[in-house]
Formats: sequence, C-alpha cells, structure tokens
Amino acid sequence: MNAPNTAQSVPAADHQAQIAARVKAIESLMIEKGLMTTAAVDRFAEIYENEVGPQLGAKVVANAWTDPQFRERLLDNASTACAELGISGLQGEDMVAVENTDQVRHAIVCTLCSCYPWPVLGLPPNWYKEPAYRARMVREPRTVLRDEFGLDVPDSVEIRVWDTSSEMRYWVLPQRPAGTDGWSEEQLAALVTRESMIGVGDPEQP
Amino acid sequence: MNGIHDLGGRDGLGAVAPPPEEPVWKAEWEKHAHTLFPMAFRAGMFGVDAFRYGMEQMDPVEYLTSPYYEHWLHSVQHHGIRTGHWDLAEVDERTRYYLENPDAPLPEDKDPDGELVAFIEAVVPAGAPASRDTGKAATFSVGDRVTVVSDAPRGHTRKAGYVRGKTGVIVMAHGEMVYPDTAGNSLDETSEHVYTVQFTAEDLWGAEAAEPNGTSTFDVWEPYIVPAAS
Repeated sequence: MNAPNTAQSVPAADHQAQIAARVKAIESLMIEKGLMTTAAVDRFAEIYENEVGPQLGAKVVANAWTDPQFRERLLDNASTACAELGISGLQGEDMVAVENTDQVRHAIVCTLCSCYPWPVLGLPPNWYKEPAYRARMVREPRTVLRDEFGLDVPDSVEIRVWDTSSEMRYWVLPQRPAGTDGWSEEQLAALVTRESMIGVGDPEQP
Repeated sequence: MNGIHDLGGRDGLGAVAPPPEEPVWKAEWEKHAHTLFPMAFRAGMFGVDAFRYGMEQMDPVEYLTSPYYEHWLHSVQHHGIRTGHWDLAEVDERTRYYLENPDAPLPEDKDPDGELVAFIEAVVPAGAPASRDTGKAATFSVGDRVTVVSDAPRGHTRKAGYVRGKTGVIVMAHGEMVYPDTAGNSLDETSEHVYTVQFTAEDLWGAEAAEPNGTSTFDVWEPYIVPAAS
C-alpha cells in the first residue's frame, strides 16, 4: 500500500504567504511596465471559472453519442469537430479523441509537466499535476485506477495510457451508458464526468 | 536535462488521493500566477517550451513539494531575469515589501485601450498552434517499428527517461511541430515531424514488473527515434 502523499500541495501558511508576496511582486513589476493588468487577471480567471470547463467536453461527447456522423468526424479530427460546436483554443490547438471500447480503455497523463486539453476539460485538477499520478499512471495504471479511482478494469481489457509529451492533446470518448436509449443530448451530457474524459472514471449511470 | 520533472515510472511517491471536489483556485494568488503565463508569453519572455524548461530548473525538492502554480511563478521569474525585464534583487525586495504589507495594493493598471484584456479574449479561443509546415518530408510512417535514442541531452528535451532505448510502433503521424529541443532552450525555432509511438508495458518495465494487458503511447519528434534493429 502507498503511504499518504507527502507531496500533496498544502504548504504551510507561511509558505503560502511567501508565494503570494512573490506573485504580487512580479505582477506589480509587470503592471508598471504595462505588460499585465488586474483586469486581464479577472477576465482570464473568469473564463476558466465559468466558461471553459468539462461541461464543454460533455457536450461534445453527448453529440458523438447521438450523431454517428459527428462521432466519425470527432475521431478523425477532434479539433475541427469541436470547432463545429464553437469549442477550440489554448492548450487544445491539436486534439485527438480516443474512444473506449469493450476491448480497450484509454487514459491520459503528462509525466513531464501537466499538459491537459483545456478547451474541452478546463484547467486540470491538482492531482493530475502532482507527482504521484504522473509517476504511477504509466507504470501501474491498473492499480491506480482500482485503488485511487475505484475503477476495477478486468485483465481482459487493455489499458492504454496516453502520455501527452507533445502539443497534441488527447482525451477520452467514454462509452455511452446502457439504458439511455432515446435520451436527449442535454440529458446525456449531464452523465459525462470530467474523470470519464480523463479516462479515470466512467460516466454516471442513469 | 535529467531533471526531477521527468517523473514517469518513479516509485515511492505515495497516493494520488483525488479529493471529491476542489475549487478552481486553492488560493487567490493562484489566479494571479495563472495569468502571469499568457501575459509573460505576450511580452516575449518565452514560448511554451522555454516556459517548461524554466520550471524544470527549480530546486528538485521544491519541485516535488510545492503547489503547481509555484512552478509557473518560478519560470516567469526566471525568464523575466533572462530577458532583462527585472533582476532577482528587485523581485526579492518587492516580495519583502508585500510580505510585510500584505494589504498593500497593486499599482494601477496601465492599459487605457484594454489591449491586454483583448489579447486574452483573442488567445483563449485561437490558441497558439505548435504545428508548422516547412515542407520537410517525414522519414517514418504509421506501422514502423522504432527505437527511442538512448542519450541524455542537457537542456530542455521531451525525451522522457522511461522511453529512452525502448522500442515501439508508430500509431499516428502528426506532421511537423515546433521542436522543443531548440525552442525550449531559447534557440531559433525549428520544427520536426511528430509521431505517436505505442509501447507495451512489458517493453517498458520488463515482464515481471509490468501489469497485464497494458500499453502506453508517447509522442516523439523525429530526431528522438531510429528504425528498430529487428
């Protein structure tokens, strides 16, 4: 078993104060030089708080589940297919959607930093950026999925881990849950979780 | 560089322990640190590859134990010094000031025409594509068996330790993209063909340590690979 993660990012209060002061120091230098504004901070933050997040990926997935031709286009070129829905941009200029099947389950990781498909998933969760996931997901993904995410994948199913080492951005098209025949796109999108598009979880069951 | 950031396959780092939910920002400063990235990029301090190299040069203990946005802060500070926007003494002095006066306000915004907000509005949906087309022919194609060169370059590279010397099969070809081994080291930008190579868990970790029925893919630039010997 693994010991508790000592690298989890909850530094002591004085360390927080130190970093906050240093961020402010650099921000103040940039503001004085006209290279940054608090207005830009507010806008950039607002975009990733309220506008760009996993609800966009969920919309794409629900579209692929209900429209076979869209699914084909998504698997052929995720960037152009997402652009049809007005979804594009920073950290997802070149995206690839990989489809889970009965034979293969996909999951993404970035062992070298924290690359993640922002246009469809928003900003990555902290655990995705921290050392334990990055180190273990390529070496023992089956164990990580079972012990950390409660996902028991039978040995008969291949686990394929996509290490995002280039500017290509991979993400997972999960399988449509059974018992959702006739559901609307909106109903289906509500089942699609961020974890299911990272590949560490399943969509919610109806 | 053979840095601590190259984490793939390291043991002993503990549990992932995903919390049931968490806020987008764990502290107010994270929101500001996040925006340093597009603003310093716009100011010409770095491209994304050099930005990563800035993080890789952190003290390794600090790298492993600090919150992720502190990595960003470190890189912006590093590249601001490198490009002559400030020096360390100046940053340290202001840091002391804001530590002693945590409620002291930031200077007034100097952007009467709102150009910086306009930049944010434009760059988020448009991105900053890394794909290039210089007409270079691709040496490899899908289906080729290739081996990752087992060298250990200094400076920035995306040739992770755990794939060096390993053999796999090309499963996707992506065309030319910016080459991190030049751009990341603040050299003139070049581009190389990028391929996705798929490895089996046995090939990466050996039959004894590998989990059953597992594969990994890793994206390589053409100079990272050679045809497999057999």
